[in-house]
Amino acid sequence: MAMELDVFVGNTTIMDEEVYQLWLDGYTVSDAVKVRMEGGVMEECEASADVLLSDTMDQYRTFQMCERLLYSPAKLANQLLFQIPPHRQAILIERYYAFDDAFVREVLGKKLSKGTKKDLDDISAKTNVTLKSCRRQFDNFKRVFKVVEELKGPLVENIRQHFLLSDKLARDYAAIVFFANNRFETGKRKLQYLTFQDFAFCAGQLINNWTVGAVDNMVEDMDVDLDKEFLQELKELKILITDKDLLDQHKSLVCTALRGKTKAFNEMEANFKNLSRGLVNIAAKLTNTKDVRDFFIDLVEKTPSCVGQIHGRHQKLYLQNVSRLKRISSPAYFFPCLSPPPPPADAVISAPPVRTFSVFDLSAVIISSLSASLLESSVCKSDL
Amino acid sequence: MPGKLKAKIVAGRHLPVMDRASDLTDAFVEVKFGNTTFKTDVCPKSLNPQWNSEWFKFEVDDEDLQDEPLQVTVLDHDTYSANDAIGKVYIDIDPLLCNEAASVISGWFPIYDTIHGIRGEINVLVKVELFNDLNRFRQSSCGVKFFCTTSIPRCYRAAMVHGFVEELVVNEDPEYQWIDRIRTPRASNEARQRLISLMSGELQRKIGLKVLEMGGNAVVGYLQCFDLEGESGLVVRAIGTACTLDKLSSGSAPNTATHTHPNTAPASNACNSPSKDGKEPVFGEDLLSSSGPPTPFRALPTSSSSPPPLSPSKPCSRQSSSSDTDLSLTPKTGMGSGGSAGKEAGPLKTLLRQQTQTALEQREFPFFTLTSFPPGFLVHVGGVVSARSVKLLDRIHNPDEPETRDAWWEEIRQEIKSHAKALGCHAVVGYSESTSICEEVCILSASGTAAILNPRYMREGCLDIGIVDHRFEDPSPPSCGFCHIPYDELNMPFPTQLTYCYHCRRQKVPDVLFTTIDLPPEAAVTGKGCLIQARLCRLKKKAQGEVNATAISNLLPFMEYELHTQLMNKLKLRSMNALFGLRIQISIGENMLLGLASATGVYLTALPAPGGIQIAGKTPGDLSNEHHILTIQKRINDTIAKNKEIYQINPPELTEEVVGSPIPEPRQRSRLFRSHSESSDEVSELDLSHGKKDAFVLEIDDTDAVEDIHSLLTDATIPTGFNSCNTEIMPGIYNWTSAVQMFTSVRVFRLSNANLTNQGLNKIFTDLCENLLKSFYFKLRSMIPCCLCHLNFTVAVPEEELIQVAVTAVAMTYDKDQTQEKPAEKPITKGCIETEEQLQFPMELCADSSSTNTQLSSKISGVQETTNVSSRAASVDYGSFADRCSTWLELLRLKAHTIRRGSVKTSRRTQSLAHSVSSLERSSPVPDGRSRSLRSTRGFGGSSVTVVKMTPLSFLPGTRIIKYLGIINMFFIRETTSLREEGGVSGFLHSFIAEVFAMVRAHVAALGGNAVVSYSMKECVFMENPNKNQAQCLINVSGDAVICVRETDQEPVPSNIGQTCTSETDGAT
Repeated sequence: MAMELDVFVGNTTIMDEEVYQLWLDGYTVSDAVKVRMEGGVMEECEASADVLLSDTMDQYRTFQMCERLLYSPAKLANQLLFQIPPHRQAILIERYYAFDDAFVREVLGKKLSKGTKKDLDDISAKTNVTLKSCRRQFDNFKRVFKVVEELKGPLVENIRQHFLLSDKLARDYAAIVFFANNRFETGKRKLQYLTFQDFAFCAGQLINNWTVGAVDNMVEDMDVDLDKEFLQELKELKILITDKDLLDQHKSLVCTALRGKTKAFNEMEANFKNLSRGLVNIAAKLTNTKDVRDFFIDLVEKTPSCVGQIHGRHQKLYLQNVSRLKRISSPAYFFPCLSPPPPPADAVISAPPVRTFSVFDLSAVIISSLSASLLESSVCKSDL
Repeated sequence: MPGKLKAKIVAGRHLPVMDRASDLTDAFVEVKFGNTTFKTDVCPKSLNPQWNSEWFKFEVDDEDLQDEPLQVTVLDHDTYSANDAIGKVYIDIDPLLCNEAASVISGWFPIYDTIHGIRGEINVLVKVELFNDLNRFRQSSCGVKFFCTTSIPRCYRAAMVHGFVEELVVNEDPEYQWIDRIRTPRASNEARQRLISLMSGELQRKIGLKVLEMGGNAVVGYLQCFDLEGESGLVVRAIGTACTLDKLSSGSAPNTATHTHPNTAPASNACNSPSKDGKEPVFGEDLLSSSGPPTPFRALPTSSSSPPPLSPSKPCSRQSSSSDTDLSLTPKTGMGSGGSAGKEAGPLKTLLRQQTQTALEQREFPFFTLTSFPPGFLVHVGGVVSARSVKLLDRIHNPDEPETRDAWWEEIRQEIKSHAKALGCHAVVGYSESTSICEEVCILSASGTAAILNPRYMREGCLDIGIVDHRFEDPSPPSCGFCHIPYDELNMPFPTQLTYCYHCRRQKVPDVLFTTIDLPPEAAVTGKGCLIQARLCRLKKKAQGEVNATAISNLLPFMEYELHTQLMNKLKLRSMNALFGLRIQISIGENMLLGLASATGVYLTALPAPGGIQIAGKTPGDLSNEHHILTIQKRINDTIAKNKEIYQINPPELTEEVVGSPIPEPRQRSRLFRSHSESSDEVSELDLSHGKKDAFVLEIDDTDAVEDIHSLLTDATIPTGFNSCNTEIMPGIYNWTSAVQMFTSVRVFRLSNANLTNQGLNKIFTDLCENLLKSFYFKLRSMIPCCLCHLNFTVAVPEEELIQVAVTAVAMTYDKDQTQEKPAEKPITKGCIETEEQLQFPMELCADSSSTNTQLSSKISGVQETTNVSSRAASVDYGSFADRCSTWLELLRLKAHTIRRGSVKTSRRTQSLAHSVSSLERSSPVPDGRSRSLRSTRGFGGSSVTVVKMTPLSFLPGTRIIKYLGIINMFFIRETTSLREEGGVSGFLHSFIAEVFAMVRAHVAALGGNAVVSYSMKECVFMENPNKNQAQCLINVSGDAVICVRETDQEPVPSNIGQTCTSETDGAT
């Protein structure tokens, strides 16, 4: 029966998680009804298509009304319009801010502007994510970006508190914000093999080590912008390839650290000079905004092709190492730090790996800690 | 005597952006009470302003305190142009006037705008210092407590039940004033909201005064309604039951100590407007004989001369009475003779009656709006009594003297009273009144259940409930006593089949019992109950004024007849024998009438088992037809058998052999008191009564009948795991767990086909209701096993071709494992024992019971043996019925022509009977089982918003109410001029209903409460104009704000659960 008007309002707002997901995925009401019918809810409780349709419409309306509140999730907790149990609120928020990796991979590093928004239909066609869902995700990115832009304090924490997201999701958003802010180019064909999670990992490393926030944690934008000073200082790494002694010392330190930890060790050792040169060159140019944007492309393009081979997925370097280096990154400290031995292998291995990645050497630590995942993936490819 | 009202504006949050340039708002607040206004400072450029104002003090009369709401307006300051209103909050300060209720109002209130809905929230603090007024001539009635709950509130004890109070106030509807043409919709809506708020305040105050006069201190079962009469005005009316309540817990309650002059108040005070009819030219002579303080013995036997030749308007009563007061000179008291003649019945009964009468006599209307009672209060139940009257609305000329409206209700109440008397009852319980208005025609309806009450509660110095006063107590056990007939069996007011009570074997019980009250908790029931609905649509020609009124009043009896038939059939089909909570609603539209009867069907152990349903064809010769009938018969029998299983109805067949009684011949008897009009014979022939051994016979002689049977059989079954009822308690379920989900659902269906037939309409209407129910089951499937309680359907015809159905109900979970325990076995075994103890004259009486058995069983097996046994007596003869009706209608029509603008009136009376056996002594409807697992919905930690539960019932399972904080009675208007943008009509109404819930919750939380009980949505008027992209909706809700604690706890549940939710919530992930 076609109703002129048909509403159902509960004192405690009734929400079906399945329907919520369909709504988030951008299904139209009629498509959602079809999906639900196939899912077998009808048999479960002797419902008819009419009932299902009416229920779906109701829920869609509820979600639409809630959507406004989800823009600033903190409101959801103290608004009076809907009585929603807190655990449900958490689900609503988390799901609303969840995104498709395929989609985010497309907009990663792009400016979150109206222009990009206009291209969403192409992305939608390409990724098979409905346009509606694309818009939602894009708007979420933009909203998070806008809010954290003006906040002090650690990025991940800000996101978590403002949007009441889980730690994992907050970190992902931090990566998205970071990429969008620095406009890293990720869309090139050569980078296509990298997943969002690869980039997210790199972003995590960069935020922890390369941003202002890594030194001072009460500055605005501290985790969003790269530390200019630091980038300046990177130039001085050139000495690692110009000075033969330092090169050798560097090589030996790296080799000690990596010996026995990578299958590609021999190749790495053999090509060390080329490798080192490639990475240091990239590092030295990072003062230029354009080069920052091309950072990932450069990593793939401008390091010797054997990079892939020398790295191995069994190599691990504990992140702390990276951060320590970062903190003493003034040139004065920089060179001396060539001398301290890399952390003992045991510690490296036993420490819970945040993620498998490789590193080849001290200078490369700076770069490679983030390029690691790129490389890893490239190895996978070359293994094939 | 003044009181001092103090208000403080603390802060705002989530305000809307009023200044597009800055995306901010410069908000300030105006606080208004009466004619005094205070302002806060402007809090510039903030969406979360902190005003932290001083205390604004209003020194006012307590009369004003009762009438006026505190009005808080939030505005956006604008230097150059006029300040923009953001929205308003009306705070009813009544709860603060009663020392036992809330002491402070403090909390976040949604800021409401009639055009934009909720726009942010404001934190307000309100206190009252009241100097008690002991002036005899005061106009205020502070301190009288009001309860919507239709039973004695849980933490009180009824020291005395004084009786009926009513009042109505009228005013011009601002929407129809000339000024409305020039003011904005917002201004007009606000004027309306404010006026209604004022009127309800005034109404409550006036009722309070009446209560004080009667010596009471509270009104229970307070029912307030609005009649939006359009051009002719706005009526706010209320009824309730005045009581003296004592607080049970140690706490306060000083003023309840001794109000021991209940009956000193002159009866006429109870109703300040009655019996003015004589002066009303329009109502001329008619009421003279019947109004005035009636005594039961005064029943004028002579006046029984002629209830008009009406007839089958009311099959329920198996005898219909329909009278047009204006047309016929017949006083309705004619009915009274039947009732009073019953006096010979038994000396005991008479004594009892006299006792009670002395108490009740002094009351103009011995009516009680309660639907459930303290144990022992209800002695016997006669059956449903109801009256309807069709009126033409006329402009209310002088709002200060609403005589016309008062007179109308007075008339109807008189009629109800006389109906009750005819049933041998001196009181009416479960009483309610309602109206349906379309243009200038209005149907006034009243209904209740005729009953005999225990006089104890009526007298002064009344007794503790614990002490049982045996003197006047009927010897019948509480589990079946109320089923015993109150009238004299030799002189029954209407034909019915009497048998000895299946439970105590001492008293007579009818075969079927219809009531408007809740099932008494102590009643013995077999199996479970279920919701039974009869639905009906009738087309009507469009007409104006009197012609229209006449047409409607002509249709009414037919509708009631059919609704009753449907109810009866469905009852039989479910193998049940009693209806509780019966509510019949008839709504008028321009071109149709809608009738909806809802009730909860039950198998009362004390009443005889219902016979089956027998199908009979009119043309026996036709073979194919015969075959057809056989199939239908088989289907019916199968359904009955299946239903018995579903509802676990397995009555103790054995006991039937013991029971039996001389079956009176109904026809003869009925003639005794029926008027000698030509209709009486026919009426009794038409009579639907049937012996218990007789099947209920449906004759298929035309397509209508086939349709009826089909609709009977197509009623959807309830999915497993669900139960439904429209009463407070679901018979057969006792172990509630604590999950509660209250909901409101509204549907509007547009009839697409212009020329629909009655059948087509019926089908649509039935489907509409059925689909709604199905929807509920589907949506609430996660709560299985659960029961939908207090399903309250409201139908309306907002426009031509639109049917609107609104439902409010609550779903409650129960523990499946325990449900099986209580039903059949226990009561039966116990019943038997008791029977043997009490029964001195067992066997002989039951001559025919064995045949009943065989017949019953044959029914079930689908064999048709008994057709001829009873077809004559029980068949519904559609043909002849119609004939009779038409003659009667003509008569009416003729008369109708003679009346002037005034009133056309039909009345009707329903009585039904039945009775039952049983003995299970459950003193509480919700036993121990429910204290388990009450946590489920309470689990929300960490939100800064108080969780407020809402339920239409008077209790929350698993919790104990420790304090009543006051009545919630709110009226909202919402209008939009951007309907499409708000998601169409559904989107608009959806958010409005959600907003109404939010505002109710916020007010309750501000009073310090955590739940609303007896919640109801009284009015939901929805109008749309899609072409103009506009819609408007009015909603009126009410309920009791309470604090409840888990049954095991002593301390109140902290009303504020946690302060922040941020950190906690993501812990979950």
